Amino acid sequence: MAGFRRTPRGVSARFTAGEAEILRSLVAQVADLVGGPGAAQAPPADEPEAPGGDMPLDLAAIFAMDAPAAPPEDPVLARLLPDAYGDDPEAAGEFRRYTEHGLRSGKVAAAQTVLATLPAAGGRVRLSAGDAEAWLRSLNDVRLALGVVLGITEDYEREFGDLTPGDPREAYLHVYDFLTFLQETLVRALR
Amino acid sequence: MSVAPAEVERPEVDEDVVPDTPWVTIVWNDPVNLMSYVTYVFQKVFGYAKPRAEKLMMDVHHKGKAVVSSGTREIMERDAEVLHGYGLWATVSHDR
Repeated sequence: MAGFRRTPRGVSARFTAGEAEILRSLVAQVADLVGGPGAAQAPPADEPEAPGGDMPLDLAAIFAMDAPAAPPEDPVLARLLPDAYGDDPEAAGEFRRYTEHGLRSGKVAAAQTVLATLPAAGGRVRLSAGDAEAWLRSLNDVRLALGVVLGITEDYEREFGDLTPGDPREAYLHVYDFLTFLQETLVRALR
Repeated sequence: MSVAPAEVERPEVDEDVVPDTPWVTIVWNDPVNLMSYVTYVFQKVFGYAKPRAEKLMMDVHHKGKAVVSSGTREIMERDAEVLHGYGLWATVSHDR
């Protein structure tokens, strides 16, 4: 894996089947966590939907009915959907009531873009500017999720330097580093 | 169908009202977000030139947080919402 690079026809990277499988799996898991089970498989938002298919959800968004006011208990979700007011739970709840639905939808849409542009068998991926932006957000969400699960700190490379062989975190750390590399090369390719 | 009232009552405007003290959007340090990505987001979201975006990113990194925008509460909440979309840890507060 050489990461993303800029080409005349958009940013591009080549994935092995194994890399594509891991990335697709993690992106789908985050989408399902944020959007509810099955969110990753739903059609991308810009495709026409059956009439009335999404009505109850949209009405809920418009009227902010049933919208949660408390931060999620799941620590990964709490990081992906953070409070906007650190010391004012009431203001934080009000903000969440009106923004969380859209925030979740945006994250699911970015994940769906990755799943739609990364072939399950791997191979060359070529991204438009819009798709690349979705990839950046989605890669970041997956890294944030892994960061919470693994307990990533500023100094994690030293802290995790002496993991005993067979520590289950080891494999995830490799994946985390792979995603970091991927995102870093993508940001640079977009500059 | 509705008809506009013949006479619109205008709210009383207090001419001596001082402009609201500004609100600010703060971005907090986070061990996961990449320095290059945070700089990219500041450029993209606020249209800041790269040196300004990089300085703000370094402030977040070294000082733990940085004020990235200021203005009305509504605009700051919109900024925080956009930054949350990028996965940055942003909060809104009154700049007192």
